[in-house]
Amino acid sequence: MRVEFDEPKCVAAGQCAMIAPAVFDQRDEDGVAIVLDATPPEEEHDAVREAAAVCPAAAIRLAGE
Amino acid sequence: MPDAPYYPMHREARCPFAPAPEIAAMPPVGQVRIWDGSTPWFVTRHADQRALLNDPRLSIDEKLPGYPHMTRARAAMAPHIPSLITNTDPPEHTRLRRTVNAPFMVKRVEALRPRIQRIFDGLVDDMLAGDNPADLVEKIGLPVPTLVITQILGVPYADHAFFQAASRRAISHDTDPDDAAQAGKGLGEYLGGLLAAKIEQPADDVLSEMGARVTAGEMTFAEAVTMGSAILIAGHETSASMISLGTLALLRNPDELRKLRENSDDPKFVANAAEELLRYLTIVHSGIRRIAVEDIELHGTTIKAGDGVIFDLAGANYDPAEFAEPDRLDLSRPARQHHAFGYGSHQCLGQSLARVELQVIYGTLYRRIPTLALAVPFEEVEFAMEGVAYGLTSLPVTW
Ligand code: HEM
Ligand code: SF4
Repeated sequence: MRVEFDEPKCVAAGQCAMIAPAVFDQRDEDGVAIVLDATPPEEEHDAVREAAAVCPAAAIRLAGE
Repeated sequence: MPDAPYYPMHREARCPFAPAPEIAAMPPVGQVRIWDGSTPWFVTRHADQRALLNDPRLSIDEKLPGYPHMTRARAAMAPHIPSLITNTDPPEHTRLRRTVNAPFMVKRVEALRPRIQRIFDGLVDDMLAGDNPADLVEKIGLPVPTLVITQILGVPYADHAFFQAASRRAISHDTDPDDAAQAGKGLGEYLGGLLAAKIEQPADDVLSEMGARVTAGEMTFAEAVTMGSAILIAGHETSASMISLGTLALLRNPDELRKLRENSDDPKFVANAAEELLRYLTIVHSGIRRIAVEDIELHGTTIKAGDGVIFDLAGANYDPAEFAEPDRLDLSRPARQHHAFGYGSHQCLGQSLARVELQVIYGTLYRRIPTLALAVPFEEVEFAMEGVAYGLTSLPVTW
């Protein structure tokens, strides 16, 4: 799995950081998401899929799925 | 469309948590009649809302002619409101939203959790030491989010009677436009005074943070004031409704309440329970509103440029294609994909804060007061239906 993040779309709602904190964080100055691990390990995949599904801005895409 | 049903619709008294039965009966792309006699499109399905709420062919620019305003008062005010996150589209929206996001991001509100827990515990102590029965709205529901948002913003809690009354007048469906404008103006003057003081003498709060952005030229004074009012208004009434309505819904579903009490030390269970209550209650019940700026084809219907579109969030949250047996409160069902906070770029700015508040309360209230019960028959509980979000006027409880 590879996490592709479309930064200009992100509205910093933080759903990704809440659901998959090992893979997403938020930038201190404006809350925009940061991908901590673009090729997350197996055990994170479910959480990352859920984060991508609920991201309100559709800013997270998963390749290699 | 002469027979378009009037919107917002009334819920059935027998089952006040579920959306009005007409909503489920509507076609995927229906039409409703609103206060000004216009008949905007009405989109209720979860999948359609997901697709459209990120579609650049729809705009939230409330200054465009044909925008389906929530109330007469909002329509009258719209031309005078500066550009804000609540009336701009990406990319301008994205830029503006990034100037106000920081205090509401997950790690900043998580850091507030112990403070929110302390505020809540203190209020429960006071309630238990006082008269029994008591009104849960007055003792817990309204003070928790109000104390939290005033501390975050940097607004004196002592002024709460003033700004609670002013915000209720500013957003109710019942208020006439002059009165609403005056209430909004009063609130603006109040926050303007505070903001000026914070620019002089900054503290560790959101108004000071916005003050610094005004000084740096990233935001005008008027924008900061309007944004401050929006946060203050949106930040207390909604969470207050979720606390009191959530408690009422749980008291009506004793098996679910028992599960919540037994699992209250499992943060995952509590977090999911909060999501399911957000779905089940969908307190924002007057639809989120947009206007088409290009023609949109949807299920064989053409939504024309210039047409208003209303998204009924309860429609999506009770869509059986997304949530099986939607009328059932099921605290363990996967519910995070609900639309209670909206969807798309305008999805609620305060959602992470609201989540922490609700998790603290749902996770501790029923454990601390295991005998909590209604002090009046359910039929006598008074609902407040006239706002953008619905709630309870009071919730008499005993223990
Ligand atoms: C359970 C509580 C809450 C619910 C159900 C709720 C619901 C919503 C909904 C449905 C929207 C979307 C409006 C639209 O798309 O047109 C929204 C936006 C917003 N909410 Fe909340 N809200 C809650 C709590 C809060 C809190 C605590 C704050 C305080 C910071 C807040 C501030 C805002 C703001 C500023 C927006 C506008 C965001 C934008 O347009 O980009 N809300 N909320
Ligand atoms: S969920 Fe989407 S919009 Fe929200 S912070 Fe993550 S990437 Fe950004």
